[in-house]
Amino acid sequence: MSQFVKFTIDTIECMATRGQYLVDAARENGIFIPTLCNYPGVKPKGSCRICTVKVNGKLMTACTTPVAEGMNVENESAEINDLRKSIIELLFVEGNHFCPACEKSGSCELQALAYRFKMLVPRFPFQFPYRSVDASHPKIIKDHNRCILCKRCIRAITDDSGRSIFAYRKRGIGVEVVVDPKLGKQLTDELAQKAMDICPVGSILVKEKGFNVPIGARRYDKSPIGSDIESMQISKI
Amino acid sequence: MSKPIVATTSLAGCFGCHMSVLDIDERILELIELVEFNKSPINDIKKFTKKCDIGLIEGGCCNSENVHVLRDFREHCKILVSVGECAIMGGLPAMRNGIPIRECLEEAYLNGPTVVGNEEGIIPNDPELPMLLDKVYPCHEIVKIDYFLPGCPPRADLIWEALVALVTGDEMKLPYEVLKFD
Ligand code: SF4
Ligand code: SF4
Ligand code: FES
Repeated sequence: MSQFVKFTIDTIECMATRGQYLVDAARENGIFIPTLCNYPGVKPKGSCRICTVKVNGKLMTACTTPVAEGMNVENESAEINDLRKSIIELLFVEGNHFCPACEKSGSCELQALAYRFKMLVPRFPFQFPYRSVDASHPKIIKDHNRCILCKRCIRAITDDSGRSIFAYRKRGIGVEVVVDPKLGKQLTDELAQKAMDICPVGSILVKEKGFNVPIGARRYDKSPIGSDIESMQISKI
Repeated sequence: MSKPIVATTSLAGCFGCHMSVLDIDERILELIELVEFNKSPINDIKKFTKKCDIGLIEGGCCNSENVHVLRDFREHCKILVSVGECAIMGGLPAMRNGIPIRECLEEAYLNGPTVVGNEEGIIPNDPELPMLLDKVYPCHEIVKIDYFLPGCPPRADLIWEALVALVTGDEMKLPYEVLKFD
């Protein structure tokens, strides 16, 4: 069996290493599939469903689906993009996202996806849930208003023996991601910064680090999320 | 053909969106060629004197007066546009939405660190004053809104493009750098 497989995304012929996840395979072919809970190098979880594509006509999450020979993937159709947009809108109404007052604004992946999908207003009613801000940890602030429960921090931030420093608390609609009370002390300066960087939204903030990048120089001020990947495709042609 | 008529108002907003309208700089001269203004804080016309084509709404609804003005705009304008984050989702005033209204008032008038000279412990309740709503509502949750221009404030270029598109009937371009939520 060959090590490589051929497949198509929106009828564009692509090639990838057998067994690679679709998002990674697409990226290597210069095609952007939007992601939120997925993070390069962290075990995929498939929880946010933003990366939904149609594989041979069936809806699948591209971050958890390995490529296979002859797959036909649909990525940029009006139907799929509207599904994705509706997920973004749901995330905006079910938390409290006051972008004008948010430290992550301009560098936030959720906001950047909303820009990319030209979200002007969510189609769902705003919930305005009561959520707290926990600043009790000496190094970081955990703002529950903005957490999208993607679990990136739980999966990626671990102590020396591999235990997660972040953890779930409560259940159902009240669920929160918090610093584990027992392991919180293990959060070094480097890990705190890593946690802030890995959080797609402004839910983990290193104290005294907010607003340190001027407007205009932030990650998504000038170019849309995914445009770095797509520019590879253009230069390839 | 008579010029399209525009009305504007600021509900629970900070007037930043109106400032952003003025930020179109010299294009304001083109604007007054293009449209006629009716009720608006810009010209200080306080009451509608005729039906309007376009109503620009800044701010969400935090009290009974905001609701009244918004409904009046809906009645008088063919097209209503929510301009800015406060009109679209309540904006910063809506940061009180998770907190019970009594707690907000007690913090503002009785217990807050900046409260001075309210020895009798009065929370203003004169019948002349508009009633505060339980929370701040996005405009489209009160009346039908036709278009939305995000930003805090929306970039002047976005407001300009939208007005020109509405007046000329052309499709609006949404360049990446003008569509922002902050
Ligand atoms: S986390 Fe992102 S979407 Fe939420 S308020 Fe901050 S910038 Fe806006
Ligand atoms: S804190 Fe951030 S990284 Fe962790 S689950 Fe919430 S949104 Fe995801
Ligand atoms: S990125 Fe695939 S499900 Fe979240």
